Amino acid sequence: MCGIIGVIDRTMSRMDGSSIKEALSLMDERGSGEGAGYVAYGIYPDYADCYAIHVFFDNLLEPKTEVDCILQKWGRIVHQEEIPTYEQPGLKKEHIPWRYFFKPYTDLMVGTTNPDDDNVKHLVMTVNSTVEGALIFSSGINLGVFKASGWPEDVANFYRIEDYKGYIWLAHNRYPTNTSGWWGGAHPFNLLDWSVVHNGEITSYGTNRRYVESNGYDCTMSTDTEVVAYLFDLLGRRHGLPSETVVTALAPPFWDVIDEMPEKKEEFLRTLRLTYGPALMNGPFAIVVATKDGIVGFTDRIKLRPLVVGENGSRLYISSEEAAIRTMDPEVETIYMPRAGEPVIGRVTE
Amino acid sequence: MSLGSVPLKYKISIDRDQCMKCMRCVDNCSYGVYRIEDDKILIDSRKCTACHRCISMCPRDAINLQEKPVDYRSHPLWTAEAREDVINQARTGKIILAGMGNARDYPIIFDRLVLDACQVTNPSIDPLREPMELRTYIGKKPAKLEFTKNNGDVELKTKLAPNLKLDTPIMIGHMSYGAISLNAQLSLAKAVAKTGTFMGTGEGGMHESIYPYQNHTIVQIASGRFGVDINYLERGAAIEIKVGQGAKPGIGGHLPGEKVCSDVSCTRMIPLGSDAISPAPHHDIYSIEDLAQLVRSLKEATNWEKPVFVKIAAVHNVAAIAAGIARSDADAVVVDGFKGGTGAAPKVFRDNVGIPIEAAIAAVDEKLNEQGIRNKVSLIASGGIRNSADITKSIALGADAVYIGTASLIALGCRVCGNCYRGLCPWGIATQKQELVDRIDPEIGSENVANLINAWTLEISELMGAAGLNSIESLRGNRERLRGYMLDQGLLDVLKIESVGA
Repeated sequence: MCGIIGVIDRTMSRMDGSSIKEALSLMDERGSGEGAGYVAYGIYPDYADCYAIHVFFDNLLEPKTEVDCILQKWGRIVHQEEIPTYEQPGLKKEHIPWRYFFKPYTDLMVGTTNPDDDNVKHLVMTVNSTVEGALIFSSGINLGVFKASGWPEDVANFYRIEDYKGYIWLAHNRYPTNTSGWWGGAHPFNLLDWSVVHNGEITSYGTNRRYVESNGYDCTMSTDTEVVAYLFDLLGRRHGLPSETVVTALAPPFWDVIDEMPEKKEEFLRTLRLTYGPALMNGPFAIVVATKDGIVGFTDRIKLRPLVVGENGSRLYISSEEAAIRTMDPEVETIYMPRAGEPVIGRVTE
Repeated sequence: MSLGSVPLKYKISIDRDQCMKCMRCVDNCSYGVYRIEDDKILIDSRKCTACHRCISMCPRDAINLQEKPVDYRSHPLWTAEAREDVINQARTGKIILAGMGNARDYPIIFDRLVLDACQVTNPSIDPLREPMELRTYIGKKPAKLEFTKNNGDVELKTKLAPNLKLDTPIMIGHMSYGAISLNAQLSLAKAVAKTGTFMGTGEGGMHESIYPYQNHTIVQIASGRFGVDINYLERGAAIEIKVGQGAKPGIGGHLPGEKVCSDVSCTRMIPLGSDAISPAPHHDIYSIEDLAQLVRSLKEATNWEKPVFVKIAAVHNVAAIAAGIARSDADAVVVDGFKGGTGAAPKVFRDNVGIPIEAAIAAVDEKLNEQGIRNKVSLIASGGIRNSADITKSIALGADAVYIGTASLIALGCRVCGNCYRGLCPWGIATQKQELVDRIDPEIGSENVANLINAWTLEISELMGAAGLNSIESLRGNRERLRGYMLDQGLLDVLKIESVGA
């Protein structure tokens, strides 16, 4: 189960959150009221050069003091505030969502090509694994995740997401089967620029988790989707693989297909598969991942979960259901279903 | 004063009404249990090893074998075995030899691990209808890929080190020509060629009849350096340095002179009839640096075209040792567990030294992963692997592939009677007596071994499919798919798995 939907406007023209709320709510059959969430890119133009760090606090005393302390050690807090929320009858407020606009001290990370990102990644891991009562669930530049335990419309109204305008939106309606429906377990999952929504269950989780952990990530959210964000960060950002190559590493062609390829391509895919075998994902999944330059959607290698793509001019939609896309954009022109493991990519054209 | 003899272990009887005196039992028993006197088959049960050759060959099912009940005063500490070992050693003053694997009643960890299966929320995969990938590459993998960019085209800069391509994660471990017969080795070689996998030559060199299968063999270098020259190195698809063996960690090997027939002497490059003694240490390896040098020398000698494995016995600090080996340029670490088989070992070693493979492989995998070098080497588990479930569990605990030994011999007829060191194996396996060796037809033998590998491969596919996995990469180190049943917390922590119900 679980319903996912993502949209990108390739010209970076910004959309408010009202239509994606409608689309996600249409897929309530796919959820259980235990988790929903949204992420939008380009929503903080006033702080466009800061990392927007969203935190769930259990209270604003000890955990917040600790987080403030860690942030101030690693950089400068440009601005901070409670994320505005609006009480909903169907949603119990369990945490206090807070946001920091943060600039890391570049010189604190050495021996890396992107010290700012590594700095922020490090502090996300540190806070999430050491500070009780605080969870950083969003840490990218000029983007924000908004999620909670509840139905899509309640979560949207709780954060009033129509007040935000972004050029990429992802949304998720959760039907938890493995772990309890808690706020941290709701999607999207995010690290730096990477945000992930996922319908499915990753049976290779044990292998994937162990792989990302050996590369310095701590899995703290007790949900398989968390590793997808880390795999993208590791392969996409730190190893510098293009998005489509990351997808190929995570859902590679079968050996029989690789064997038949022209020599150069065969060598490329064999090398990729041998190198990133522990990153290969198994089990039923349909995933949409966003980064600031675009979105990519893909399914597992035998397509055990649905994924539909729609296009209309500069907009590309990827969702579990065609009806959700049509709700969001009744004028949508092209609708198709990608093949198993085949990445669907929407990039900003700027 | 004479200590007398210890009681016989097995009692053989013949159903005289059924017996047609065809004499097959007489012909087949190489231990001399049966003889003919006055047209009557007489039995000397004392000589029986329970190898079952006579029973298997009797056309009338007339032979009955029973383990003889203990006729000592029962005692929980002074078991019959303890007493008999004392009696035998008091008489001889010698080390007690034993064949095959550990014969003590230690709990088997494999049997306390249970695998997972999908229900409802994720679908299991049907291997009959969906692709199931067990292909495994053994060798070094890069930690990350490097690219070069030419006008937007991305080109691969990383070149892979040589890897062995296995169609199934099951290989046959090292059993030397000398320890086993040529027909036994030939059966194994043909079987691995048929099933797309590899076998080890052991430290006995490579006999020329194995040459046609050399692309499926891993040549071994042990401390005795028997049979090693540049041709031998170049013939192997990979090279393995044997530091230790699970059945006898910390000691060398000994092939008695009686087994060194002319063919064995040629293949091993030692004089006819001489004892072949491998020293306990390699006399050019006294540190990890020395090992690294040997690894690199072997690579240099073979033009950096062959993966080099290092085999160690599972011992208490196996994880740290394996991490050292991983940094030595070796392509694979073979960890051989506490229950590994052997042609001959001092019984006290076989039954008391080392640790079980389940714990060893988990600890090694965890340590390499912690240090971020797990991808740098492949990990091969061996020692007491009895079935496809053991293999699947080994991989979930972190192995890339396994070596099987005893199981492949059982597929050739072995009944695990444990008398390999006597050179009289009635099944033609652990012997060099031509009339016994001839009992194995390598064609038929290879069919049986290949059948076993194929059957286990099918079962692994089914187990993976049930767990919702269609590629072996996703099983490797996937502790989520395992749970411990009735294991203590300490062991669960070492294995890095949760308890059933968790």
